[in-house]
Amino acid sequence: MSLLRQGSPAAGAAPRGQSVSDPDVPAASRHARPQTRWRLSARTRHRGMGLLLVTPFTLLFLAFLVAPLGYAFWLSLRTSTLVGGDHFSWFANYKQTFTDPHFLSGVRRVIVFGVVQIPLMIALALLGALIIDAATSRLAKVFRMTLFMPYAVPAVIGALMWGFLYSPTFGPVNSISQALGLGSADLLGHGLMLTSLGNIVTWQWTGYNMIVLYAALQGLPREIYEAARIDGASQLQTALRIKVPMISSALVLTLMFAIIGTLQFFTEPRVLEPTASSVITPDYTPNLYAYNLAFQYSEFNYSAAISFSLGAVVFIGSYLFLFLTRRRSGLK
Amino acid sequence: MTTAAATAVTRPASGRRPKAAKGRVTVNVVMVAMILYFLLPFWWLLVASTKGNDALFSTAALWFHSPGSFFDNLKQLFTYNDGEYLRWLGNTAVYAGVSGIGATAVATLAGYAFAKYRFRGRNLLFSSLLGAIMVPATALAIPTYLLLSKVALTNTMWAVILPSLLNPFGVYLMRVYVQESLPDELLEAARVDGAGELRTLRSVALPTLKPALVTVLLFSMVGTWNNFFLPLVMLNNDKLFPLTVGLQSWYQGALIQSGANALFTLVIAGSLVAILPLIVAFLLLQRYWRGGLTVGSLK
Repeated sequence: MSLLRQGSPAAGAAPRGQSVSDPDVPAASRHARPQTRWRLSARTRHRGMGLLLVTPFTLLFLAFLVAPLGYAFWLSLRTSTLVGGDHFSWFANYKQTFTDPHFLSGVRRVIVFGVVQIPLMIALALLGALIIDAATSRLAKVFRMTLFMPYAVPAVIGALMWGFLYSPTFGPVNSISQALGLGSADLLGHGLMLTSLGNIVTWQWTGYNMIVLYAALQGLPREIYEAARIDGASQLQTALRIKVPMISSALVLTLMFAIIGTLQFFTEPRVLEPTASSVITPDYTPNLYAYNLAFQYSEFNYSAAISFSLGAVVFIGSYLFLFLTRRRSGLK
Repeated sequence: MTTAAATAVTRPASGRRPKAAKGRVTVNVVMVAMILYFLLPFWWLLVASTKGNDALFSTAALWFHSPGSFFDNLKQLFTYNDGEYLRWLGNTAVYAGVSGIGATAVATLAGYAFAKYRFRGRNLLFSSLLGAIMVPATALAIPTYLLLSKVALTNTMWAVILPSLLNPFGVYLMRVYVQESLPDELLEAARVDGAGELRTLRSVALPTLKPALVTVLLFSMVGTWNNFFLPLVMLNNDKLFPLTVGLQSWYQGALIQSGANALFTLVIAGSLVAILPLIVAFLLLQRYWRGGLTVGSLK
């Protein structure tokens, strides 16, 4: 009842008369029972309204998702050469994609990268989330904000800053490692580049994931902790046996977004490319490869095939991941 | 850091006072260590922005040298090459502002429609939307470029703004939020009182949805502000660059001329100025976006 009252001042000033006398109301609600009559009639009567409200989105969806994908697919089925001209070549580009050592090495690289970096980052984010969920000190507040701050930094600037910090000549990371007697490490060399990139991504995204997990923790009913405490569970046991399993759907979500992000890895290697051009080759990640094919070598058809394959791999991969974890995580 | 984190987790806490206190100390040590790590680049950026080009390469990287240079750097930043940095800053604000507001408006209307109306194609459209969340943005950028170049829209501001208006996750978030916080009874009450559909949306729904609006707005603005791949692909003309692409081109230029050029100090000062607005926005709007993330993570 209070809800009705709350709604009325705004509605009271509205023009009246168009609702009940609307001609299609009786027809639409003919089969409805009397008490649900209003609800059904409103829903049906405003069919057109829903369609209208969703139209801007539908248009954008068609123009900037369906159309580009369709066009890229069409392009990817064609081959354009100076000699042969532009012709239909069916799946030749895809055949080339999945046998192309440049593409495959890039895929392998991002998978290796993801297998190490994602679990580390999510573990760190989970640790942080459990800490700020349990601690209410001022330090915990500072901690929460500090970890989230890198999310507000453009990936380009994050990579730039770390690029400076990694610099073998004047970067402090190297000075620190020397001061600690660990010797100088070539952070932008062949051996450590992937680790260095992983550090940038971890720095950038841990806080965001932590906040998502923290938000999920905050949504749990507090009585359970009380029950666990009475049963003699320590804080650590409560965290590991109760909190973590209960936020598994949020964990699955963060994992999935991390996987999607990793497969399209681009910005960080692209920014560090000029500092280490011998390490970060044009095919370093699949996305970098697609970009360079299109804009350095003007191989648009082949680039479209790679973009499309990459998109398909990510799409199928994330659906599969959601499907496989569905039962375990209880994600609806 | 990782070892410290590991001890915090593996130590069996039996609930006795001394051990609990010990646990608290460990947790605090972990927090301080992580804070230092996450602050390191910010600290470095702040320190480096107060150095001239010579001092940048010759003095300790993590401590101040000649703080007065800060203002020289800023002055240089805003005047270099006819003040192109200011233009990039302006471009970025336009891209982020227009696509942020546009994307939020589109997402609100669509999310509201999905939550509160039945219409033809609703289920099909919503499931394709869920699929669209998983289509990687960068896999779309090159195809979109190819398509837009057919209609001569590349290398214009529209090339950055229009694709950024599509925000399937924003629509999803809005739908969930509308379902949770806007009971049917409230809308029906407005209808009984004679309010039209648009009026119900404006006067009854929108005020209730304010936290979600701020969240979607903030996240789509930040998404565009920080976007690199799309403008990089779409734009050739450096007059249209956003900050990310501009700073990257400066950085590349500085590396090619290997430090003899004052561009390094410009890159640093430019980075500092570019991240300040976002950090301030996030700090001020904490209350809102944290609420928004809860919705996103629970569903």
